[in-house]
Amino acid sequence: MPDGGQSVLDVRDLVTVFRTRGGEVHAVNSVSFHLRSGELLGVVGESGSGKSVTMMSLIGLLPSPPADVRSGEVWLGGRDILKISPDALRDLRGDKVGFVFQDPMTSLNPVFTVGNQIMEPLIRHMGLTRAQARVRAAELLELVGIPDAAKRLSAYPHQFSGGMRQRVMIAIALACDPDVLIADEPTTALDVTIQAQILELVKELRRKLGMAIIWITHDLGVIAGIADRVMVMYAGQIVEQGPVKALFGNPQHPYTRALLKTIPAISGPREDRLQVIEGQPPILAEAPVACSFRARCPHAFDRCHSENPRRRAIDGLPLGQGHDVACHLAAEAMHA
Amino acid sequence: MLDAVTRATAPLAAAKPLVQVRDLKMYFPVHSGILRRHTGDVKAVDGVSFDILTGETLGLVGESGCGKSTVGRALLRLYEPTAGSVTIDGDDIATLSPEKLRLKRPTMQMVFQDPQASLNPRMHLADIIGEPLIEHTRWSAERRLERIYELMDAVGLNRRFANRFPYEFSGGQRQRIGIARALALNPKFIVCDEPIAALDVSIQAQVVNLLEDLQDRLGLTYLFISHDLSMVRHIADRVAVMYLGRIAEISPRDALYSRPLHPYAEALLSAVPEPDPNVESTRTRIILKGDVPSPANPPKGCNFCTRCPRVFDRCRVEKPDLVQVEPGRLVACHLYSATTNPAGSTGRPEAPTQVKAEHNQQGVSV
Repeated sequence: MPDGGQSVLDVRDLVTVFRTRGGEVHAVNSVSFHLRSGELLGVVGESGSGKSVTMMSLIGLLPSPPADVRSGEVWLGGRDILKISPDALRDLRGDKVGFVFQDPMTSLNPVFTVGNQIMEPLIRHMGLTRAQARVRAAELLELVGIPDAAKRLSAYPHQFSGGMRQRVMIAIALACDPDVLIADEPTTALDVTIQAQILELVKELRRKLGMAIIWITHDLGVIAGIADRVMVMYAGQIVEQGPVKALFGNPQHPYTRALLKTIPAISGPREDRLQVIEGQPPILAEAPVACSFRARCPHAFDRCHSENPRRRAIDGLPLGQGHDVACHLAAEAMHA
Repeated sequence: MLDAVTRATAPLAAAKPLVQVRDLKMYFPVHSGILRRHTGDVKAVDGVSFDILTGETLGLVGESGCGKSTVGRALLRLYEPTAGSVTIDGDDIATLSPEKLRLKRPTMQMVFQDPQASLNPRMHLADIIGEPLIEHTRWSAERRLERIYELMDAVGLNRRFANRFPYEFSGGQRQRIGIARALALNPKFIVCDEPIAALDVSIQAQVVNLLEDLQDRLGLTYLFISHDLSMVRHIADRVAVMYLGRIAEISPRDALYSRPLHPYAEALLSAVPEPDPNVESTRTRIILKGDVPSPANPPKGCNFCTRCPRVFDRCRVEKPDLVQVEPGRLVACHLYSATTNPAGSTGRPEAPTQVKAEHNQQGVSV
């Protein structure tokens, strides 16, 4: 589905800082990326790597204070949406940008029926009447594979299982036919067999509807199965980015490589001992002045301690179009 | 059924099994109405039997709500089992008197899933690790402290941390504290209940390597409960797959992962995504329809009959027993039982290829 089409979302040098009592936390440090129409961009990283905060910042979902989206540009539909009013942003959310969160139980309202919650964006953004919205809501429930949809509209979230609740969340996110769907760990709270059902559903919906998706996860297996392009985040920065096959087949950043090796295989030869990434992720008390991975990197050398590596393309394509990595070692290997 | 379990493990056992579980049942009563009458039971564990050999790691896998954690807790009698026996190192834990059970506790310990919730936030690290020693030994304070330091060294915690509180540690370090506490009394058997589920991938490997090192050094026996099938493949010697309170299959690790026999085990393994886009794009996946039924109202026949892609009439009326179908492999499935299989209970069914073809049409989406 990636057709190399024009980008629907363009993020440039996004910086987000949290002001806490213990000082500032630099959660997102100059993150730039774009999303082409119809593609699925996977975002991977460990907890605290800034993957969720990045996506929440660009659509104004972080409470401020403590969050402060300090600088950057986010271009969506010809506008820089960091500069528009809160009201205009609210018009965008749920309409041009859909969201699916990790835990469907806490993100659905327990005292409203499922039908009500699917109808809400339809009435708010599309200006449908209640009767029209109800018909459309039933269609959406059917689309996400819930049998007997018209009847289930009057059910409450607690009457649904975890997998079905996530289907409802997807129906709400898709209600207004968004340009961009942001899915934040949408299958993490689900069992593997249910996860497989949801992944199948998303693949099918992409074939039918063709929206662009940002899929945040820590599960490299899920990404390998559904993404067109992947970006790996560490300490609030993109350390590596590229087409899924290039990145998994030829990982450049020591962190990406270590991450891939640390997961035991489900098939093929079985490793005797698991590879370990020693140490802990850094505490982001200040904007990075050196490589954030240096303390855990087996290949760190002088330059890593004094200079934060920039992202450089490794395949000669313009930055962001092909495979790029932020690592001094990879950069020097290229010049050597 | 009991004999089947024993027969399956007997040839593998150089020594006797350390843990023998037979027909373990754990029902949680459901009360309803104003009079709170007993109106039913949640059958969290419904007749589970297995052995764990001395020094081995038995992986226990299944989805949430299948009863795997309940098995772990009932084994150590953190729950009072409804029925069945649990023999650990010669004593039936399920019927032991409270005094005798207390004397038995040092041999069997547990590592919990959530290291945040299982450590008392108001206790120093040294007190947390030392508490079992106060409970079960009459050692002097010096001797206890010596043992605490020894344990901290063993799990890779710096001795300088002895007077810190749990909140000062990261998730991986907290799990090390939980492991040190479990080791304090030199146990023989440890139930690890999802010990890595709350940790990041890069930290999971550290904890798993530690558990393996400790097993080699101290000759520990583990029951490793997890929903992470790739990690279980790494750590376990044999694996039991649970579904809705019952065991679907118990097999040696390599046999299970290369050729699962029970249809549920097969679907479960095929659902695990692999971090390799080339493998993922060519893989066929068995997508199970629907959700797990409620354990308060399990289906009449086989528990898996509502979702099984290979279901036939008999499955809906009769619960299959766990029987040995290949050396060392126990399966609870009518596909492998004697009446549908003229070759007897030792071989695979006569028509697996035919069944497979039919199954491909129904359950596999490409």
